[in-house]
Amino acid sequence: MNNDQWVIGGHTFHSRFILGSGKYSLNLIEAAVKDAGAEIITLAVRRANTKEQENILDFIPQGVTLLPNTSGARNAEEAVRIARLARELGCGDFVKIEIMRDSKYLLPDNQETIRATEILANEGFVVMPYMYPDLNTARDLVKAGAAAVMPLASPIGSNKGLATKDFIQILIDEIDLPIIVDAGIGRPSQACEAMEMGAAAIMANTALATAGDLPLMAAAFRQAIEAGRKAYLAGLGRVLTRGAAASDPLTGFLRD
Amino acid sequence: MENQFFIDSDYLSPEARMKKHQLENDPSSRKSHMEYMPGMERIESDVCKNVMAQMRAFDYSQYTAQDVKAALEHETCSIEDFKALLSPAAEPFLEPMAQRAALETSKHFGNTVYFFTPLYIANYCENYCVYCGFNCYNHIHRMKLTMEQVEHEMKVIADSGMEEILILTGESRSQSDVQYIGEACKLARKYFRMVGLEIYPVNVEEYRYLHACGADYVTVFQETYDTDKYEQLHLMGHKRVWPYRFDAQERALMGGMRGVAFSALLGLSDFRKDALASALHVYYLQRKYPHAEMSLSCPRLRPIINNDKINPLDVHEKQLCQILCAYRIFLPFVGITVSSRESAEFRNGIVKIAATKVSAGVSTGIGDHERKYSGKEPDGAHGDEQFEIDDSRSLEKMYRDIAGEGLQPVLNDYLYV
Repeated sequence: MNNDQWVIGGHTFHSRFILGSGKYSLNLIEAAVKDAGAEIITLAVRRANTKEQENILDFIPQGVTLLPNTSGARNAEEAVRIARLARELGCGDFVKIEIMRDSKYLLPDNQETIRATEILANEGFVVMPYMYPDLNTARDLVKAGAAAVMPLASPIGSNKGLATKDFIQILIDEIDLPIIVDAGIGRPSQACEAMEMGAAAIMANTALATAGDLPLMAAAFRQAIEAGRKAYLAGLGRVLTRGAAASDPLTGFLRD
Repeated sequence: MENQFFIDSDYLSPEARMKKHQLENDPSSRKSHMEYMPGMERIESDVCKNVMAQMRAFDYSQYTAQDVKAALEHETCSIEDFKALLSPAAEPFLEPMAQRAALETSKHFGNTVYFFTPLYIANYCENYCVYCGFNCYNHIHRMKLTMEQVEHEMKVIADSGMEEILILTGESRSQSDVQYIGEACKLARKYFRMVGLEIYPVNVEEYRYLHACGADYVTVFQETYDTDKYEQLHLMGHKRVWPYRFDAQERALMGGMRGVAFSALLGLSDFRKDALASALHVYYLQRKYPHAEMSLSCPRLRPIINNDKINPLDVHEKQLCQILCAYRIFLPFVGITVSSRESAEFRNGIVKIAATKVSAGVSTGIGDHERKYSGKEPDGAHGDEQFEIDDSRSLEKMYRDIAGEGLQPVLNDYLYV
């Protein structure tokens, strides 16, 4: 357990908490790194595209991996352009693809996401696509060269937790890439549950950003994620067996 | 007491004065406000029909405290719920409405507040809109900036730290044609991350051209959705054509703009009906163009040069706050902009509840940013303001004040792709 680590794009990480980018503040980044132990921080390129005053890039601590996202992209071409811009800005090779054709719910466009993944993976990016949890899409993303798959748990910012639980479980069971649960995780218990299911990591933002005590909530997420991970490694199956064993075995009639 | 809008300038020629009086007093002397003029593009759309049917059927006196409570309990706000929240029955529920609105705002926008500033590049106008300082019969200093002057203004504004600009003109195609505005957009792209336009409505291809020049957001205020009232307030010029104006946002989206902004000018007509129509204009257009970004403003009438009596009538701060809370609860995802027409106190408060964008370092005059920002008298003349502003805080002051309220000021969250 002490050496529990995961690898993505050739980089090894110990923390399984990733800070999302929806709402940001310096306090949030500090709490995410110090109290939640984040080693990856998402950065909206659209917001990093700023002049001197408040450039979020200046506030990312050393040793933390930047994960620029393509929020604002409405199709694959726009996402590709934003990813290249991120590289030019010095954000490294990681990119989280976010493509939305919907300004109301901000639901990802799976089809365009597959196209963008293929283009960017071919250009050497470590591509982490945000997607609606659909097995066929996930398989296409694997083929397209994704480094991880990031299904949404519930609508972004909603704090509603694992509304798509069954479908995320299918991805965890069937896809041989890290499954990172993204969007909608509102409380530590939900993060814990996703980790118990076998998710590789959790991405959250609003749950922390809107908490009363930011550092305390960040610490709670860290512990919940660690607890869920330990439970997953320990193996939940036996604990969850329903009812007692029958005293007369059903197979007692078998003679040889 | 209604506003008294008609002011005769001593500078009008006898002929102009006669025509003005005729327009004001003889409705038959005015062109039909529902008929397109030559060159105005028609598009196929049922958005207008839907909005107007809802507005006409809206009898806000029918809603009760019970309806308001139910609306506040529902997880998603239906059109009926929204109507209840706009009704007089909701006035005693302003605090719970604000609490709910603040929650929705924080879900979608966190603690962020965005900044922009308007840049008026010309104040020539061919319309006679009786409440507006730029109206063609109002005697003011008219001016149209040259591209050199536009660039100078942009430099001054960009030096203050501003990254989003809204380019405005008076509504005169002959003085400020689409090419002129396009050139200003190209310059703006050099100095700003986000370029918006608030100009006279144009056709789809013209919006496409302006988008290619660097503009990405189009604001058109419908002023009032009450067509009869509109007819009485917009007596002459292209702006008189109500339906062409109504479809402007849709044409802008068809022309490739990323987003569009809407508003009624509250106080011109029945503000509850105008608020309903403004939000439904967003609602129906969003269903048709789900990718588009949308925002609502909430301007109230302000005094203008030569008429300091104009005021927002029955739309007091409490009513304005009620409207903004209702907007936020009904349309949690839309941007809400509160301009410098409102006081510093109101703006400081409303950004904690519903508003997501505020203007700072504002001038509604032409070519006077350097004087207003640094006190330095510029070489050339300047043009008069469209209306009087209330909150004159600089970007720096505004930034500090917003951060001081525990919010996160954001100068840019935008990419032109």
